[in-house]
Parts: sequence; C-alpha cells; structure tokens
Amino acid sequence: MYQVLSKRQLSDAVFELTVEAPRIARKCAAGQFLIIRADEHGERVPFTFSDWSAEEGWVRFIFARVGKTTHLLSRLATHDTIADVSGPLGRPTKILGKGKHMAIVGGGVGTAVAYPVARAACAAGARVSVITGARSADLLILQDELRALPLGRLQITTDDGSAGTQGLVTGPLAELCMNDDVDEVFIVGPAVMMKFAAQTALEAGVKTMVSLNPLMVDGTGMCGACRVTINGRTQFGCVDGPDFDAAGVDWEELMTRQSTYNEQERLSDAKYAHEVLHEVEARLAKLEAEREGSCSCKAE
Amino acid sequence: MQGGVNESVNPSTDPEAAAESAASPAAAAAQVTAAPAAERRRPSREPRHAMPEQNPARRSRNFSEVNLGYTPELAHAEAERCLQCKNPTCEGGCPVGVHIKEFIGALIADDMPASIDWLKKRNALPAVCGRVCPQESQCEAQCILAKRGEAVAIGRLERYVADWDCSRPVEERCFTAPAPSTGRKVAVIGSGPAGLACAGELAARGHSVEVFESLHTGGGVLAYGIPEFRLPKAILADEIGALERLGVAFHYNEPVGKITNARELLDEDGFDAVFIGIGAGLPLFLEIPGENLNGVYSSNEFLTRVNFMHASDFPTYDTPVWWGHSVVVVGGGNVAMDAARTAIRMRAGQVTIVYRRTEAEMPARIEEIHHAKEEGVQIHELCGPLAIEGNTGWVTGLHVQHMELGEPDASGRRRPVPIEGSEETIPCDTVIIAVGTKAHKQLVEITDAKLTERGYLATDEDGRTSDPRIFAGGDIVTGAATVILAMGAGKKAAAAIDEFLKN
Repeated sequence: MYQVLSKRQLSDAVFELTVEAPRIARKCAAGQFLIIRADEHGERVPFTFSDWSAEEGWVRFIFARVGKTTHLLSRLATHDTIADVSGPLGRPTKILGKGKHMAIVGGGVGTAVAYPVARAACAAGARVSVITGARSADLLILQDELRALPLGRLQITTDDGSAGTQGLVTGPLAELCMNDDVDEVFIVGPAVMMKFAAQTALEAGVKTMVSLNPLMVDGTGMCGACRVTINGRTQFGCVDGPDFDAAGVDWEELMTRQSTYNEQERLSDAKYAHEVLHEVEARLAKLEAEREGSCSCKAE
Repeated sequence: MQGGVNESVNPSTDPEAAAESAASPAAAAAQVTAAPAAERRRPSREPRHAMPEQNPARRSRNFSEVNLGYTPELAHAEAERCLQCKNPTCEGGCPVGVHIKEFIGALIADDMPASIDWLKKRNALPAVCGRVCPQESQCEAQCILAKRGEAVAIGRLERYVADWDCSRPVEERCFTAPAPSTGRKVAVIGSGPAGLACAGELAARGHSVEVFESLHTGGGVLAYGIPEFRLPKAILADEIGALERLGVAFHYNEPVGKITNARELLDEDGFDAVFIGIGAGLPLFLEIPGENLNGVYSSNEFLTRVNFMHASDFPTYDTPVWWGHSVVVVGGGNVAMDAARTAIRMRAGQVTIVYRRTEAEMPARIEEIHHAKEEGVQIHELCGPLAIEGNTGWVTGLHVQHMELGEPDASGRRRPVPIEGSEETIPCDTVIIAVGTKAHKQLVEITDAKLTERGYLATDEDGRTSDPRIFAGGDIVTGAATVILAMGAGKKAAAAIDEFLKN
C-alpha cells in the first residue's frame, strides 16, 4: 500500500497527487512514468511523473478526471492509500545541455510532463523555451512552477483567449521555430495536439520528439498493448518509449488504438457514478439517522 | 503381460528383501515409510484411472478448474498400480528429481503426511507441478509400465497429495524448518517458476532470500499466463504462502533494471548473490500487415487482461478486454490452447486455431489439444497467416495461405511449404497471436553479465553467469520452455549459489 501525502485540485477536473514511494523517488528522471492500480479491482494505469523528491521520498503525478480510475483517484484524501505504485518505467526524456536551445510544448495535462523536462533542461544548462496551452485559463496548470524556472521564454495560449494568446500552441511554435535557432522540440499532450504541433515543428525543419500515451497493461514490455508504429516498425510505448521521433509516428493508428475500449470505459464510468451516488445517499441517510438519534437521546 | 514386468522389478518378489523383512520385523516396520510395499504386495492391474473433469459443455461456460482431481478412492486405486521398482526410472525423468517412488509408496500405505513430506523434499510447488508439468514426456514417459501399457498417473497423484496438504489448516501443513541461518543474503529477481524454486531451495538451506517482482502479485507466468481453469490462483497463492512461511520476503512493484539493478543489490544493499529468473516475456508478433489493428492481441496481453486483471469479471473489475463473435488464434503451443479456451469461456461465438503444420506437429500437450477440441475450438491446420485485414481500424479477417508438409527442418518437424494460389480470408473480429516470446532487451539494465548472441543470459550448466556473484535460470537462459524446466534450473542454480556462499 502506498500512502497519499497530499492532493491538490488544480482546476475543475485536474488533480495532483503526491504519493509516498521512496524507492521509486530515488530513481526518477524526467519523462518516465509510473503505473498505479488504485485498489484490488483496479486497472493498471500509467501516469507520467510531474515531480518527485528523492530526499523526502515522494513522487507526484497530475491527471484529468476522465474515467473511472481518475475519478476514484480524484476522491482520495491525505492518508488514503493506493494499492500499487510501480516505477519508474520507460526511458527518460533526452535532455539537451549547454549551448543548445530546447523548445518544450505542453498541451493540457501534458504540461505536467513538460514541467520536469523543462526543469531538467534548465539544470543541464540548455536555453529553454516553453509553450503551454489549454482550452481556457482555468485549465492551465503549473504556471507558478514554470515561472520560477530560468526560462528563455514562456508562452501561454488558450483556445478561448481567457489567458495568454488566443489560439493553439502551433502558432507560437511555428514562430519560435522560424525565428529562433531551436535545436530540438519536445511535445507532450493529447495525441491530436501532438500530431499538429509536431507537424508544425517538422515543417520548420526542427528535430521533434513526442511523448506518446498509448494504452498499457503491465508497462514492462510483456503484453504489447502499447504497440505504436514508428517509421513502419512496431515499437512498444512502455519500454522503447514513451518518447519517439515525431517524424515517424503513425498518428492515426495511435488514436484508433487509444479508442479501443471507449465503449467499455463508458460502461465502467456509468457503473461507478451509480455507486458513488449510492454511497452519498447512504451517507446522507446515516447523517439523518444520527441527527434524529441524538435528538431522542436528549429526550431520554 | 504386466506380471512379467512385476517379476523383474517388484521388491515383493526380490528374495533378499523378503528374507530381510522376515528376519527382522523391526527393519520391516522401519521400511514402511520409505518403501511401504515391502510386504508381499501385488500391484493392481487395473488400467490407468482417468482424471475426473467438468463436462465440456459446462466448463466452457465457466473459469473453474477443468480437472477436478482424484477422489481418495481413485488416488489409492491408481497408487496401487505403482510397481515400487527397485530402481525407479521415473525419478530420472523428473527435472527436479522428485522422490516419486517414496511419495507413492507412502500413499499406498495411506500415510499422507509422509507422502507430502517426500514430495516437498525436492519440489517446493507440487500443487502447481501436478497440474502444469508435461508428465507424459517426463516422469511418466520413464515409468516401466509405460513400456507395455499405460504409465502410473504420477502427475495426478502428485496433485492429489499436494491438494490434500493445501486443504489442511496452515499450522498442520507440511513444513520443514529451514536450516539454521547462514547470515548470507540472496536477491531473486522475478517471481516466476525459476525464481520461486530457487528462493524455496535457498531459504531451506538457511539463507535469507528476498524476491523482487515488477508486477503487483507473484508467480510470473503462473499468475498472468496460465489460466484459472488450468491453475487456480488460490493454489498459486498457497504455494507462495508456503515460501513466505519459510522466511522468503517478496517485494512487489519493483521493476529491477529501473528501480534497482544487480550491481546495486550486491554492492549497496548487502546481498551476497543474485539470481535472475525474469523469463522471456517479450511477445513475438508475425510481422505481417495489419498487426496493430484494434482487435489484435498478443496471447500475453489477452491472457493478462482476462486472467491476471480479471477482465472476465468486467465491470466488477476495471480492466476491459475486447473480443468479438469470431476469434482466431495463431499458433500451436500450450499458450495458443490457453488463449483459445479462454476466448471460449468469454462466450466468443467461434474460436479457431490456425497452425502452419498439422495437429501432430503441435508443440502443445495432447491433453490441452484434446480439451480445447472438446470445448468447441476448431483447428485449421496447414494454414499460414499472410495479413490481418481490417476496416476503420478494426480487424475483419485473417488472410491465410494453405500449406503442405515438406522435408523435415532443423527441429525434425516437417517444414510447411506454401501451396500456390491457395490464399483465402477467414472472417473474424479478433486475432490472438500466440507464436512465442523472446528475451527483453532491457536485460542489460539489470546486469552487465555476458549475454548470448540471441540476447539471453550466458550461463554454465549450473546457472553461473560471467559474473561470479550473479546466477540465472529459466527462460531467460534457455528461451521459452516449460514451468518445470525453469524450476529445475532455479533449483540447480540454488545449489550453485549455496556452494558459492559456503566458499
């Protein structure tokens, strides 16, 4: 069992969990991920580290509440436990060093991964530009943390213009790649966002890496659920990645494979919503009974 | 016919033994546990007793065990068939050298505690082995009775005795206290059959053993690969519990190679030796077009989802699995049978196994092929997959080419040769690829010990790698093989580790 040390709600549907896992924390590197199984009935679900502390023995990850597991995780509180946390898994992100310019693009919750990559690149002495985008201002995450880094440039975009520049990350990215001497671009976010951002950077002739997010089960190369096609060859997202050269990625296949269980996921979500409703109703009924009970006690 | 065999090998007709027991009643009594058949025993001439099983129509609808196990009456009747040979050749056929004659002898004498004691002396996991070992090509193939008829059902008796032990309260079960602590520490990487056998052996010899497993429960392929209907999870949990009582510590969620490595375990964590038994878990694909369509699984993924993550109980369990009305499994080994039989139990309408050679060349156990067919699995032999066809990202069929058998290849099996113009498409919505596994490239993150050209760990016969403190055994040395061979390798390596630690 792994204890939740703290939970932070970053926006309406985005949460951050900090979990005690000292053995994992000593080995984490930017770009790697962990796999959690929330409880005995849980699915194994991968999350990329957003932060960790080897000294204090914790790891942290950020997630959007989209399905049953993330819903369940979002309801955990400090001192609650998670059945299983395994990691660090996957290969670390390649970090550029002194004299190099690394552009890092985070879309939505992907910014949670962009942040430690940017921090590592800064620490390695690279010049670092960050572009972070979201649908609206309330969905932007880790803004204070990003501002605290010695970034060359920090550009914010929102689809609705409620913060930063209105539009997609592709606009500022194209501009950056055209007008600046970017050595490498690193992109992380939803598949469709990565696809178009990568296209933008590649068109400008800049080497581009993407952090892919295929479905996984074991996360150690045993099952092959995370197969992705890179330059016509099958690779395993968990052990060969999660980072791949964007130029070779078969995006359509990735997105189709990600949708394999959409129907089952909806069923699972609905069932869970039903259970939560029952739980809340039972709790209310108990409170009501207690209130009535205490009244009658006084009467006696 | 059997009588002739009995004359030459049964101790009851051995004049020396007879004289000895007549002369010294005490010696005869002392012999009861070791060879209880020393009295003038006449082995039964009944035919081999069949294993009671769930009927196919019923079992194909549930995940409960297919083989129900012998009743006490059947077990005794089968044990009575054993000749109790002076030189039990069956024991030579066992990769871990189980004392077969003795455990069956005790069973004949109705001394169950002695029987399980004999069994556990050489095998830490008898309930598992009694179920999944290919006895027909090992101990039972060496049984004298097999020469003229049917071998004693050693595997079924092993299972009967082990299950009897498991049915007792924990505190009454067979338990041999480990040797006094040697103060030496061994790390075992991987909790599959090789690791479990190695851990049990080392713990019995008084070493402190810690097992590191990357998944959330133990057993490796026994947990994720072999389905519940062949090896119930409760049996595996029980065998792991027995190792824990022996003092073995299990660390789950520890992917060695990432969270630590062999060097760190040895140099920083105070382990005196490391055993690597991580198996060969990387699933092979056919490398044909369409293999990444939705609805294509490796057998590992399909079995892991259903069997290990309980997708059969979705949505009570959160892990989903997609399967359709028509499932095609590619391959002819035990894993292909397991996948096909699992699909049947998931209520797939039609399940077909596609294999390049004929049923006779299939590497699967005959019992598994037989069970699969009984449950409704169709077998298309002499059929080689060319491509997986799909529509909007989902599987619609398997394009195959028919074959005929040509000259034998290096493995001695006749090579399948394609027949020109025989291509056809088998319509299906799910394809499961069960054509084997290989070593992980990540092995180098665990150790820098020398590898073979094919990427497996190079060891000597006893599991010594190029690093004197690192040992290995099982599939990561030999390539994909059987549970019992991995256990045998784990035990051998344990002996080598023990010797290394003593010097």
